Amino acid sequence: MIHSLFLINHLGDIFLEKHWKSVISRSVCDYFFEAREKAVDPENVPPVLQTPHHYLISIYRGKLFFLSVIQTEVPPLFVIEFLHRVADTFQDYFGECSESVITDNLVIVYELLEEMLDNGFPLATESNVLKEMIRPPNILRSVVNTLTGGSNVGETLPQGQLSNIPWRRAGVKYANNEAYFDVTEEIDAIVDKSGTTVSAEIQGVIEACVKLSGMPDLTMSFMNPRLLDDVSFHPCVRFRRWESERVLSFIPPDGNFTLMTYHISSQNLVAIPVYVKQSINFFEAGSCGRLDITIGPKQTMGKTVEDLKVTIHMPKAVLNANLTATQGNYTYDCTTKMLVWDIGKLNPQKLPNLRGSLSMQTGVPNPEENPSLNIDLKIQQLAISGLKVSRLDMYGEKYKPFKGVKYVTKAGKFQVRT
Amino acid sequence: MDCSSMDAGFSSLRSEAAGAMRTVLVSAENLQLTLKPELSQEEQSLTHTNSSPKDSHKAGNEDLKEMLESSKESLKLEAMKRIVGLIAKGKSASELFPAVVKNVASKNIELKKLVYVYLVRYAEEQQDLALLSISTFQRALKDPNQFIRASALRVLSSIRVPIIVPIMMLAIKEAAADLSPYVRKTSAHAIQKLYSLDPDQKEQLIEVIEKLLKDKSTLVAGSVVMAFEEVCPDRIDLIHKNYRKLCNLLVDVEEWGQVVIISMLTRYARTQFTSPWMEGAEFDENKAFYDSDSEEKKDQTEAKPYVMDPDHRLLLRNTKPLLQSRNTAVVMAVAQLYWHLAPKHEVSIVTKSLVRLLRSHREVQYIVLQNIATMSIQRKGMFEPFIKSFYVRSTDATHIKTLKLEILTNLANEANISTILREFQTYVKSQDKAFAAATIQAIGRCATNISEVTDTCLNGLVLLLSNRDEAVVAESIVVIKKLLQTQPTQHGDIIKHMAKLFDNVTVPMARASILWLMGEYCEKVPKIAPDVLRKMAKTFTAEEDIVKLQTVNLAAKLYLTNSKQTKLLTQYILNLGKYDQNYDIRDRTRFIRQLIVPNEKSGALSKYARRMLLAPKPAPVLESAFKDRDRYQLGTLSHSLNLKATGYQELPDWPAVAPDQSVRNVEIVEPLREWAPIVGKTKQPKSDDKFYSDDEDEKEEEGSDSSGSGSEDSSSSSSSEESGSESEEESSEDSEKTSSDSGKSSSGSEKSSSESESDQKKKKKTKKAQQKKSKPTADSDSDENGNGPVGQASSSSSESSSDSESDSESDSESDSPAPKKKTEVKAKPKVAVNSKKEVSLLDLDDFSPAPTNAPKPSVLSQSLLSDLEGLSLSNISSAVQQEKKS
Repeated sequence: MIHSLFLINHLGDIFLEKHWKSVISRSVCDYFFEAREKAVDPENVPPVLQTPHHYLISIYRGKLFFLSVIQTEVPPLFVIEFLHRVADTFQDYFGECSESVITDNLVIVYELLEEMLDNGFPLATESNVLKEMIRPPNILRSVVNTLTGGSNVGETLPQGQLSNIPWRRAGVKYANNEAYFDVTEEIDAIVDKSGTTVSAEIQGVIEACVKLSGMPDLTMSFMNPRLLDDVSFHPCVRFRRWESERVLSFIPPDGNFTLMTYHISSQNLVAIPVYVKQSINFFEAGSCGRLDITIGPKQTMGKTVEDLKVTIHMPKAVLNANLTATQGNYTYDCTTKMLVWDIGKLNPQKLPNLRGSLSMQTGVPNPEENPSLNIDLKIQQLAISGLKVSRLDMYGEKYKPFKGVKYVTKAGKFQVRT
Repeated sequence: MDCSSMDAGFSSLRSEAAGAMRTVLVSAENLQLTLKPELSQEEQSLTHTNSSPKDSHKAGNEDLKEMLESSKESLKLEAMKRIVGLIAKGKSASELFPAVVKNVASKNIELKKLVYVYLVRYAEEQQDLALLSISTFQRALKDPNQFIRASALRVLSSIRVPIIVPIMMLAIKEAAADLSPYVRKTSAHAIQKLYSLDPDQKEQLIEVIEKLLKDKSTLVAGSVVMAFEEVCPDRIDLIHKNYRKLCNLLVDVEEWGQVVIISMLTRYARTQFTSPWMEGAEFDENKAFYDSDSEEKKDQTEAKPYVMDPDHRLLLRNTKPLLQSRNTAVVMAVAQLYWHLAPKHEVSIVTKSLVRLLRSHREVQYIVLQNIATMSIQRKGMFEPFIKSFYVRSTDATHIKTLKLEILTNLANEANISTILREFQTYVKSQDKAFAAATIQAIGRCATNISEVTDTCLNGLVLLLSNRDEAVVAESIVVIKKLLQTQPTQHGDIIKHMAKLFDNVTVPMARASILWLMGEYCEKVPKIAPDVLRKMAKTFTAEEDIVKLQTVNLAAKLYLTNSKQTKLLTQYILNLGKYDQNYDIRDRTRFIRQLIVPNEKSGALSKYARRMLLAPKPAPVLESAFKDRDRYQLGTLSHSLNLKATGYQELPDWPAVAPDQSVRNVEIVEPLREWAPIVGKTKQPKSDDKFYSDDEDEKEEEGSDSSGSGSEDSSSSSSSEESGSESEEESSEDSEKTSSDSGKSSSGSEKSSSESESDQKKKKKTKKAQQKKSKPTADSDSDENGNGPVGQASSSSSESSSDSESDSESDSESDSPAPKKKTEVKAKPKVAVNSKKEVSLLDLDDFSPAPTNAPKPSVLSQSLLSDLEGLSLSNISSAVQQEKKS
């Protein structure tokens, strides 16, 4: 399936190659570079490309291209999903997924890639299993290793792959047994000029950090499971239990993992936490523009809106911005044309406002369209959909774990058209 | 094999290269190989690498060599790490081969692994030297540790050296019969490697595949199906006996295996079942018209309505839960399975999941949107409720935007067109001009497809003609041209307007379009058209080719309709064209001249010039770029590229008549004998009259399954899956030991009522499990018990194989008359899973009430009550909302 993998940085240098079958010359990447040049923006490179003898499937993550070479028919999503899993694994091991980190840990990266695929078919992609075979680097161990000549490769081979619970490693022991769950919801919305919501949906995810000894069997139930009609689970969740009782029953992996994601579609009513009053005008005469933005709370369920931020991608013709903000501060980057207004906490008594003039390039026709506003925000202790975990029970182990659930709502792709 | 001498050979490889050669020979001869002809060559290469290359080596590699030869492990390791660094960067390190390969038997695991990495990379280039390592792997293949066996096979099969094919073949055959499922999985992978190395081994490999397909372990299933797809995808007969097992195992197979199995089963189902779609019947009729033989069959199909094969239903039912997978490839695989296999009214259950995938990474969006685009052409209704999910954001990448636009256009109908057009208005103003242009085309398509809005769209497009951006104007002109062609009569004004614009438009395609419009409707604008021609005559030489062609065209048409005014102009333009640099234009000019200017040579043709040039032309059909993509299976690379990729297998058409269903029946006689000693206290011995028992089972199975499918049909989408999920084996088992079964299921349900009792029951259960294990069979799962170090793991895997049975037991619960007990259980939902051994994926399913169960409402309310209790008490242990770590 996957024949070879090339890692390419944003300058177009290949800094890592790995072949699972016979070696393919890196000149195959030239076709990719051609497409990359044509696309201008790296985001616009088509993920699937065709060359005379091979097919190239690539992803773009953290300013790096992961380019895989395929020779025969294969579901493209299979490859894309796997490449993202590779990037996730790097992130998990090294804290970030960047060129410098990968070249610094080249040997571990290579060992990982060796374990993740066999003959181009995924072998071990589960983080718990991989970590048993190849230990992630940390400072203490690298010091010890240099002194004693120890290695990063696990001495014992993992049992996880053999059991029916491949995601959990055996013999887990903790002094403090704890299980934390973060319910994070992101609002994706498009609000039009007049303030009406064009579309709004919620993307929710329950991230878990489970540090429990032994083989705990957890059951999580919700106050209002009916909200969740479109969900996807970590493989550990017993699907039949969910179908019949609407509870999440699972033996968790050890450490951090994504328990489930859910999607509340635009067919449902979604609360929009803030409203935006804006006017952006460009004048032909005098080559200037005016900008006036006010933000106020709308449906916040009595909670405070924090980390409020407005990002505007200005048209090319805007040279500079001369604005005053009643709260927070703004920056305008002339090269990327990004206007960022960092507001912070939203005070319902005194609404933040940003107004002033924009200086435009002379002799250039005014932009057709006003730029749209991208909004970032955060509301602590609230899941905007109203989802609530009612209880978490543990079976299979004797001890009493410490449990906690945290809710947070964020703006996802929240866009206000102007 | 002489292991000790080989060891010695390795430890002193460098000094005694000849000795090592001997060991290779010994090992090769043991396998009835003759290395003789290669011998001299090999010696040469050895001496070559040993003596000569010092001068050619780079200094850096030289010290790596020294490090590898040192006696310190840490130095060797450091050297290997640097070598792997070289490999990763694509630099050559092949000259270090002899120094590296002798570390292959190192005790240090990391060093060994790195040597493996090196070996796999360079063995192909240095085949002779690579042979030196083979005996190490052969020894490792016999290691008591399953992981060492597996990794030895992995590396051995990855060394692409044709001479070791027989060794690989032997190793694969042995590993396929290994006790450890992990080793068997590795052997399935090795099959593909050997096949690509030497396709002549196909027949033997198919035998191994056949054997591995029978494997009951979830670990093996994905890999062996992958091997099947690679080696012998046409041997569909190998699947028959394993079809039901694969369907039942599917949920527990790892995600990558699921994708492969699902796509294989899609193809399988297309060859084995009849079409569940209405079109199928019509198709049949057509066929009957030509083919009198199928007349009777047709009558049959007409006589009784379509009944889905229970196995077909089994596949649909068992893949549905996978729509909830976190793996996007799995979700897509299920979606395409439903698209290609499910009855039309059931396909829409995949919609929600596909829309969910749109929140994933950009690349995932791209593929999913492509597939939705194809689906939305045929089935608007599926995605119409989700139309807002396809609205474009300014931050989307351009190719994502155009795909969303495509889908929105496909979904447009009379009801939602106004909303969509309003969206489009926003898009037209986009700063991304490529996208704005695509939007204009989309508007054009909406206008032709939905006649109610044609005028509105046309007016909107005319307004766009005054847009400042040239690309937008040009695209509008092209689209207007197409629209006008559909209804030219009432639009003289627009044509005039466009003629006025002509001077300002510079985009060649747009200019060409205007010229064509002028020519086509020159009788509607008799005054303007000649003037446009006059302007063109002035600038003819500076125009693009496409504009020149249309100028010639316009000149010809005007000459025919209005020769008085345009005769000279036309001749001038034809003269210019005659000497043009482009041969197409010269050619066209010559053709037109002969056609329209009558002379003695042209003869008859010029009489028809008017009819040829001014013939009414059919309006172009504006259709989706995805219109013909449905010839490829959804979710495939071919579909994504819109061309046939190497190795793409056509999805077969439904057979008109289903092939024999009974091929999928597994011979139950043997398993029955196996089960007999375990359960058979109350049961009569079956072995004498197997003929009858077979029949009986079949009947029973059919009955139960069809009843399941019936209920499924009536309540198409939701929760009635479990009711009929037994595979034949299980159902027969059910039928025979209902008494013991019900006893067991009650034990399952009572389990939690009290601690002591549950313990007792547990014992019972484990006892039963032990019995299962101790049964004397050739079954691979039970054999694992003999394997010391993996005792625990194997027990759990044998659990897994018995999962399906426990499922069926829980299913039978719904039939067994013990609903009272169940409510009791639910009052205190404490599940006692005490020992580690007992934990397995589906264990708890035994306790879950079957969804079709009658007393379900009471159960639910009970559990809800208990939940509420827990809340109101809000004691430390149960209340989860502590809002910790804020």
